[in-house]
Amino acid sequence: MPKRTDIQTIMIIGSGPIVIGQACEFDYSGVQACKALRAQGYRVVLVNSNPATIMTDPEFADATYVEPLTVEICEQIIAAERPDVLLPTVGGQTALNLTIALQQAGVLARYQVELIGVALESIHIAEDRRLFADTMAEIGLKCPPGKVVSSVAEALDFVQHIGYPALIRPSFTLGGSGGGIAYTEAELHEVVARGLRLSPVGQVLLDKSLLGWKEYELELMRDAHGNFVVVCSIENLDPMGVHTGDSITVAPAQTLTDKELQRLRDMSRLIFDRIGITTGGANVQFAINPDDGEVFVIEMNPRVSRSSALASKATGFPIAKIAALVAVGFTLDEIPNDITRVTPASFEPSLDYVVVKIPRWDFRKFAGVDHILGPQMKAVGEVMAIGRTFPEALQKAVRALDIGLSGLGSPVAPLESPAALRVPTAQRLFQVAAALRDGVPPAEIIASTRFDAWFVQQMQDTVTIHDRLLAGPRSLDSLTAEDFLTLKRYGYSDSYIAHQLDSDEMQVRRRRQALGVTASFFRVDTCAAEFEAQTPYLYSTYEPDDEAFPTTAPKIMILGGGPNRIGQGIEFDYCCVHACFALKALGYETIMVNCNPETVSTDYDTADRLYFEPLTTEDVLNIIDREQPIGVLVQFGGQTPLNIARALHEAGAPILGTSVETIDLAEDRQRFNALMHRLNITQPAGATAMNREEAIQRAHEIGYPILIRPSYVLGGRGMAIVFDDDTLTAWLERHIEWQHPVLIDKFLDDAFEVDVDALCDGERVVIGGIMQHIEEAGVHSGDSACVLPPYKISQYHLDIIRDYTQRIGLAMQVKGLFNIQFALYRDEVYVLEVNPRASRTVPFVSKATGRPLASYAAQIAAGKTLVELNFLESPAVDGFFVKEAVLPFQKFPGVDARLGPEMRSTGEVMGHASTFGHAFLKAQFAAGMSVPQSGTVCISVNDMDKATMTRIAREFHELGFHIVATDGTADWLNRNGVPAGRVHKLNQGSPHIVDELRAGHIQLMINTPLGGQAHDDGALIRSMAYQVGVPLVTTMSAAAATLQGIKMRRRKPFKVRSLQAHHGLLPEA
Amino acid sequence: MKQGALVLEDGQVFSGMGFGVEGVQTGELVFNTSMTGYQEILTDPSYHKQIVTMTVPHVGNTGINLEDVESEKVWVSGFVVRALSPIVSNWRNRGDLSGYLREQGVIGVTGVSTRALVRHIRSQGVMRAAIAHGEAAADTAALLELARRSPDMSGWNLVDDVTCAEPYHWTEASDPQWYQEHPYHADGALVVAYDYGIKRNILRMMTDRGLRVAVVPAHTPAAQVLALNPAGVFLSNGPGDPAAVTYAIDNIQALLGKVPVFGICLGHQLLALALGGTTEKMRFGHRGGNQPVKNLLTGAVEISAHNHGFAVTPDSPLRGGEVTHINLNDHTIEGIRHQALRAFSVQYHPEAAPGPHDSLYLFDEFVAAVKSGATVSK
Repeated sequence: MPKRTDIQTIMIIGSGPIVIGQACEFDYSGVQACKALRAQGYRVVLVNSNPATIMTDPEFADATYVEPLTVEICEQIIAAERPDVLLPTVGGQTALNLTIALQQAGVLARYQVELIGVALESIHIAEDRRLFADTMAEIGLKCPPGKVVSSVAEALDFVQHIGYPALIRPSFTLGGSGGGIAYTEAELHEVVARGLRLSPVGQVLLDKSLLGWKEYELELMRDAHGNFVVVCSIENLDPMGVHTGDSITVAPAQTLTDKELQRLRDMSRLIFDRIGITTGGANVQFAINPDDGEVFVIEMNPRVSRSSALASKATGFPIAKIAALVAVGFTLDEIPNDITRVTPASFEPSLDYVVVKIPRWDFRKFAGVDHILGPQMKAVGEVMAIGRTFPEALQKAVRALDIGLSGLGSPVAPLESPAALRVPTAQRLFQVAAALRDGVPPAEIIASTRFDAWFVQQMQDTVTIHDRLLAGPRSLDSLTAEDFLTLKRYGYSDSYIAHQLDSDEMQVRRRRQALGVTASFFRVDTCAAEFEAQTPYLYSTYEPDDEAFPTTAPKIMILGGGPNRIGQGIEFDYCCVHACFALKALGYETIMVNCNPETVSTDYDTADRLYFEPLTTEDVLNIIDREQPIGVLVQFGGQTPLNIARALHEAGAPILGTSVETIDLAEDRQRFNALMHRLNITQPAGATAMNREEAIQRAHEIGYPILIRPSYVLGGRGMAIVFDDDTLTAWLERHIEWQHPVLIDKFLDDAFEVDVDALCDGERVVIGGIMQHIEEAGVHSGDSACVLPPYKISQYHLDIIRDYTQRIGLAMQVKGLFNIQFALYRDEVYVLEVNPRASRTVPFVSKATGRPLASYAAQIAAGKTLVELNFLESPAVDGFFVKEAVLPFQKFPGVDARLGPEMRSTGEVMGHASTFGHAFLKAQFAAGMSVPQSGTVCISVNDMDKATMTRIAREFHELGFHIVATDGTADWLNRNGVPAGRVHKLNQGSPHIVDELRAGHIQLMINTPLGGQAHDDGALIRSMAYQVGVPLVTTMSAAAATLQGIKMRRRKPFKVRSLQAHHGLLPEA
Repeated sequence: MKQGALVLEDGQVFSGMGFGVEGVQTGELVFNTSMTGYQEILTDPSYHKQIVTMTVPHVGNTGINLEDVESEKVWVSGFVVRALSPIVSNWRNRGDLSGYLREQGVIGVTGVSTRALVRHIRSQGVMRAAIAHGEAAADTAALLELARRSPDMSGWNLVDDVTCAEPYHWTEASDPQWYQEHPYHADGALVVAYDYGIKRNILRMMTDRGLRVAVVPAHTPAAQVLALNPAGVFLSNGPGDPAAVTYAIDNIQALLGKVPVFGICLGHQLLALALGGTTEKMRFGHRGGNQPVKNLLTGAVEISAHNHGFAVTPDSPLRGGEVTHINLNDHTIEGIRHQALRAFSVQYHPEAAPGPHDSLYLFDEFVAAVKSGATVSK
């Protein structure tokens, strides 16, 4: 069937901010859908609140709305754009949920918008767990015995039938938020109660736990003609009980016979037929009893997903693109396979390699979080690696994680006993390897972990290779070519080998190369070499033959950012992709290197050549050896590529743009301080200390409060504000092992921070944007809301900031992007930090200004000047753009939801409007904070904030809000003429403040934490506000901004405007 | 483990470690892209005189069980993999691959650069090769000589080697756990199945649908078959060059028009030859479980299991027959029918084993043809 000609305009809903369970895989799927549909001549209208995405770049849609994903806003967009159809399947659960809400609000009917890609009925069956189980029973398939319960009592009753452990999952939540496993009645009570609170429909599903069963997922595709293909089978290394997003997974499935695999395929097809998945991509998860093969259907997702992004990268079959094309009527046999170009998309990929995905967690950022993995996803990112065998792929994935481990056998925290391996944690894989090294028999490990014996034996063999070739009195010289080949085929990295042999990575490399053992590159071709691959999508291995076939064109390599983690996420992928497009446009052949399967950068369609490889010195040098690029870009992928820049440079790699010298200068505190001194630019007083006594002495010299952090860390890990000797000592005990110094800075209390993104070509500096943080200094810049242009900084100070930026850029000889963090403290401008690379805020600034800063930076790296780019003046901005951080506290009940110097946000949203108030409030809505226009505000602030609070509270009162407060705050407010009711603190008995939150009696919570490390009810209150979805404000400046927003919204409702319309309004440069 | 080697007739040498039995063997070197189902592949008589390379790297993971066999023995002349599994893990497992091949007298080689090997075959076409395990693997010159002296697949009748000696009745149905539903029932109608190297799952699929199946040796004369008064005749898959099995073509010609006929794989090629068509050797054939076949009658695409090195020549005269299925990858003929003669056949394997079950409807069509005696159609 050819494409539909009865439709012109297609609306696509994106997935919003990056959160745990929904990351940049939906940028990848959205970009693919937009590209595919526009290539067919359709007009695409896109709405997504996330400015860091590539899909929201104006060139990917005809009208791009970076607006909150709410019914109210979407209705305005639909009214303005009048789409014929809505494609809701490429924006994750967020898009599906919003689609249901739009339908329930009558919006789709009102504007006659047809749904394509999925029917509402299908979404309902897939989402409603009871309906799903009943539907499966109708077609003779089994789901784990379970029941939907609406109360704890009902749960306690039903658990009698299924026994412990029991699995609890709230209905209609993302990534299993609020789910858990209960082993005891007390746990059941707690988890069910939490689930009931979190479920939008007040229901949880109580299931028989299939702990220890094998878990599989099939990625599927179907067209309107009924043609059906299995794109990929995925097997989880972690058995049932761990969320798939937290599981190590392997493709293709390794431990199924053909009979078993075909049974899953047949079942999937039956499920499609029954649920009515007529077109598009979907997945089904199965559990299989390892003892008798019994199959349970776990769930199905009628949309593209995180695992479909993984499957697309694992197979070369672009699921989202094809899902979009079949949604508009194409049949699979009408769509060509991009990789072979001679065969159609109606086939099932055959893999002649093994793919391993390992999640990446950031538990260290969240003190108090339960590190045990379970049915609720906790990972913030993932890596994928490709090898010819499972051990090779597994070891590549381990080093791709960028967590300081060079291989499976790298040392980890020791285990008390093999029985402890029963508990799934982020460390378990490495503890299994360590246990095998210690001689624990595989059988014991299998009994504890319930890993399939096949995987454990593969790890055992890998360990045996280590013992045979690297343990005992071995030296580098004793390794033969054959030994090296064996090690490499088991995935051992040069740096791991060097570590084991007390050698140096480069020595190992030279020795290995001298023996003729070098990497070769194979293609991911969808067909196991049956047809020739036209698309250079490559991975390394150690076998004869090589399919890289490098061209002789001038080429530039771009190093990606690796796995998403807090502090390094989609923003850097955005920059890499832009760099790639810019260099392509200049006529260079582009080579992308990255290992994050969620991203647009690892779409084989992005760069001319894609190497899906870990971002380590060894792996990157291997590609450089083969490709001989004229340049390598390390400044776009965040800290990960910068960390290997020096090693690459010393090995002779041509680093383009900002030099390695400059990168070092920014990171070397002494040299950097000297430079600032020479430039006569002020910095906060600072020092380094090598031991406890010295730290205390330096703290005294500088004067409390101080900002303290370990050196050589990223994203502010371990960073803290310390007010006295006791907390300093406690912090040092907890964080420091004294291999590296600690950095101590004067903390500029009550300062305002300012972020500047600028470009320098060595001769000239042009500022892209100056952003003022809304939260005070002390909140990590990544977690603070910020506004462009600044709304409360004098021209005088802005001039100083511009002058400093200018001089720093030129003095450091930056060639490309750099970011400076300033603080405005007591009328003086301080420089806090300079990063000579693309920053987290680059996409935000580009969206606000319409200027592709990353693209300019890449062109500068390739030799262009700002004059040639005609980018000579700081771009003007029409109205206000607010970036707000999105924090994962809802996923981590019990973690204090206060902001601090350690970054903890996973994503960001943007609100824009003609006034600051509107823009700020839109950003709040986009971040999921439904700031009320009326109702009850609960105020509980520390003493320092009380004076400021009075003015804000008075205004809330004048706007008609009811104010309640805890005793101290209430007394203060009443004394100052602001009427405030009382609410109990926790120790004053029920109904206390948390009860009131749960009962829905509070619509807005303003709670500022006490200083220092003091603990109070605040942590619990803030956490509960997140759990029940009450907007929470934790700083005075945010409270003031919120108030301003509410006031502005009273005057004028929200308006929407597309980026294209917005940029059209900007003056031509 | 001892040394293993594979020497191709063009002099290419691929070395590895041997498993299975020690010794030397020759055959036509082919590759299969199925990611599962090695046990079914090993026991498929169509692989007689072929050395099979698996493209999926890890092979042997699920061991060997009692059910997943497609005949009474292993037929491949040699088995080549990238990484033989060091362990067996599956609830149905009853033994490991290496032990099984040893017991069956078949040579395996592991640790081979199979992707390089497959790319070589893809560009050069299938070729003869010698496979060795043990001391013989060291003498590559001798192996090359053996490969070059081994017979060529073209013109080789291999059916005689694999067909059953005596007729028998097949009664075993498939294990219901593997198949969700069987929509058609034949109520015990008798079909005669010519065994040119028949796979058991074909027999099970027919039994599942209520057919009584009499299996007869390949050279059973048509008259003898008709004497059994069958409601239909089935032409099985099998090895070798179809054009060389002239007696089968003669028998089929004698049966056409008298009884509904359904053929699979070699049976399809023989039907085409009986209708006056021709067959040709393919460069490297189709062997795998992911091939898109388009049913030209319905427009639907079936993902199908393939194992063939010969194909019906495009634009073959089929005396009123028509092409019903084509392969979307290379547009080879995958199915034909002759409505007047009530005969139809497919080049690929609707019985799968291994592979997807998209094409099982063809057995239902055979049942429909057998029951109604009417024109086969869909």
